[in-house]
Amino acid sequence: MSKVIRLKRGLDIPLAGQAEKILTQAEMPELFALQPPDFPGLTPRLSVKVNDRVQAGSPLFYDKYRPEIRFTSPVSGTVVAVNRGDRRRILEVVVEYDGEMKYEIYAKGDPTRMSREEIVQNLLKSGLFPLIRQRPYGIVASPEDVPRDIFISAFDTAPLAPDMDFVIQDGKEDFQTGIQALRKLTSGEVHLGLHTELTFSPVFKEAENVKTHLFSGPHPSGNVGIQIHHIAPVNRGEKVWTVNPQDVLLIGRLFSKGLLDARRIVALTGSEVLKPRYYRTMVGASVKKLLENNLTGEGIRVISGNVLTGRRISREGFLGFYDSQITVIPEGNYHEFLGWAMPRLDKFSASRAFFSWLMPNRKFRLDTNLHGGKRSFVMTGEYEKVLPMDIYPVPLLKSILIGDIDKMEQLGIYEVVEEDLALCEFVCTSKTDVQSILREGIQVMIKELGS
Amino acid sequence: MKRLRRYVDRIKPHFQKGGKFEKLHSTFDAFETFLFVPNHVTEKGAHVRDTMDMKRTMIIVVLATLPALLVGCWNTGYQHFLAVGEPYGETVNMWDAFWYGFLRVFPIIVVSYVVGLSIEFGFAQWRGHEVNEGFLVTGILIPLVMPVDVPLWMVALATAFAVVIGKEVFGGTGMNILNPALTARAFLFFAYPAWMSGDKVWISGLSEGAGTVDVFSGATVLGQAAAGVEKFSNGLGLEYGPMQMFLGNIPGSIGETSTLAILLGALLLIYTGVGSWKIILSVFAGGAAMAGLLNLVGSGTNQLFNIPFWQHLMLGGFAFGAVFMATDPVSAAQTEKGKWIYGFLIGVLAILIRVLNPAYPEGVMLAILFMNVFAPLIDHYVIQANIRRRLRRWEMRAQ
Repeated sequence: MSKVIRLKRGLDIPLAGQAEKILTQAEMPELFALQPPDFPGLTPRLSVKVNDRVQAGSPLFYDKYRPEIRFTSPVSGTVVAVNRGDRRRILEVVVEYDGEMKYEIYAKGDPTRMSREEIVQNLLKSGLFPLIRQRPYGIVASPEDVPRDIFISAFDTAPLAPDMDFVIQDGKEDFQTGIQALRKLTSGEVHLGLHTELTFSPVFKEAENVKTHLFSGPHPSGNVGIQIHHIAPVNRGEKVWTVNPQDVLLIGRLFSKGLLDARRIVALTGSEVLKPRYYRTMVGASVKKLLENNLTGEGIRVISGNVLTGRRISREGFLGFYDSQITVIPEGNYHEFLGWAMPRLDKFSASRAFFSWLMPNRKFRLDTNLHGGKRSFVMTGEYEKVLPMDIYPVPLLKSILIGDIDKMEQLGIYEVVEEDLALCEFVCTSKTDVQSILREGIQVMIKELGS
Repeated sequence: MKRLRRYVDRIKPHFQKGGKFEKLHSTFDAFETFLFVPNHVTEKGAHVRDTMDMKRTMIIVVLATLPALLVGCWNTGYQHFLAVGEPYGETVNMWDAFWYGFLRVFPIIVVSYVVGLSIEFGFAQWRGHEVNEGFLVTGILIPLVMPVDVPLWMVALATAFAVVIGKEVFGGTGMNILNPALTARAFLFFAYPAWMSGDKVWISGLSEGAGTVDVFSGATVLGQAAAGVEKFSNGLGLEYGPMQMFLGNIPGSIGETSTLAILLGALLLIYTGVGSWKIILSVFAGGAAMAGLLNLVGSGTNQLFNIPFWQHLMLGGFAFGAVFMATDPVSAAQTEKGKWIYGFLIGVLAILIRVLNPAYPEGVMLAILFMNVFAPLIDHYVIQANIRRRLRRWEMRAQ
């Protein structure tokens, strides 16, 4: 293990509602869904119609431009709905579980004895390939690419994020099998990022065939993009792949059992959850039963993922494809009297213009209020304080706003995705939509230069 | 408060699209958001946001100017009573001085805000924007850099010039190149030089020739130094030493005389993170370095060479400029490295202009405006270095 990479810049937002380390088996939901909006830039084509019967691992839809990339049902049952949004964009393909799990069968065996092609085919057919994302751009990887390296962050520092050590505890063998499979996919290394104060699990610490790196510091040190930047940054023309640690387990189980076992442990968090704790559930599972009788009341927002990067879902919504966390926070649609002048002891700010810094151990019940109006860029140096990268975020955003592709490339758009700049958006005095601007820039890059 | 909210909700439809006061939408919005933080919730991106917003930011800067403003009011009265021969401490006390000064300063503040905000509201309405908060700060900075005897119509003219030419033609708050408050000051300095220099305008009442004591001189320390005087005084035997320069009971523009009060404001700005400590520190460092150098050179004819370097930092608008003008985030350098360079050069130039060109003893104003223009260039090179690092990394890999 090499020296510790100490990240100073960043911010841990002290949110209330940390999940207790109690693992509960969630009641099996009736409905499951795959949601194309989880995959930025994807144009889905349906493989099924409503009322079709599917098994766990049967394709529900595929990528129009890369038809080999399939998105498969996590359970066996019946397709009950294809929910569409504006311009008939597919939002959800919903499957009703039939009560008895029937699986599609895939090749099984030790990945070290399989060829790269066999491994790729297994991942594609089972629908696990989309768990692998590519940098630049944070989109589903392309199976014909051979990535320079593969990166896995073994810890999550986002607000109220699940403790990956806890989540992965029983998965030592599956994790190792998954690593072996990934190992075959890259010409370089599989890098595993550990945290000095968060990573203790032997699953990570004793993982073989990986190159481990030690990090310290606040969020976003757990973001794989930040880690890549400090280990071996993405240059023009290079591609690297990233996988979440829990998803390595899914890949591992594919090879040890020969089927799609989409179980996943999820942290149910947030100030509006009565019993914040960990639940065993599955990819794409409905959150309805998790939230029933477990919320403080009305006026709440349910988020699949964390408060910085997650996607808003309904109380009957579904767990996102990449998410291991559900967060429930209060909505903030109220008027605050003379907010600019009040002491606001109950509000959190990264600046010292409020008194929250006086109470370092306090946890805050933050709501979704924007806390002010949108303005032009005025303050400077704010973003840099929470972005531990050698990147100038404001010039990058401005280059996106004016659509200057050369500048975007020069300023490092290959190295960031939304989650890396999410804290910039959080602290922004001008309430700039940093993440959506960045995604627009990425879309432009893909359109002009290809992925 | 609830009742107020209900009232606002009731009249709100009149100001929205289709309402009878639709044209006043921005104005209504400005007042509504002044009273209540809007109930807007996050729609995309991060679901929670920092409580900091532009209103809070600007209010903190206004708070930071308060010590300078209060001392400025008192000093206005104090200087006036000295000039007219009313012994301070005998017939007049601190409160008399403050009250007199307040009555002279307050109208200037009112004119600055009324003129500036009217124009801001007009532009916001015309462009269909929300009203920006930037003028809350500009509106208090303009009076603080005025000589107290400035005619109100000049304040109005300068404010209008600063807001329209200094800011709105570029697109409003966040888009301007020059610091608007300094633009106002510079406008008056060049348009009405007789009013912005000399030894009368700094003391309230002197311009009108109110019965002054015969030998009294209202010249500022810098004015006297530029004229070659060796011992600075008000002609009545009261010498201006370092203590006076620090506390601020010397003639000068309303808010700039007291280094102590300005430093109190600087503490608030730095502590809350609203003002960049890098800029403030580097302006002082640059000024000290340049003044120190000139001290070493020395001069038999130019008295300004011989003022000890640390006193230079307390004289004229130097401290005020460093703390309140150079730190304007919009017109300053925006990269962290750039801020060091930007600040240091302001300090160097301010002292250079002050000492070597005694026609402009108020060098700090020109230095900041000059560096405002150069700040984008500094940033350009800092960012270019980042781009080069990235390019070099790529070339190394490609080999």
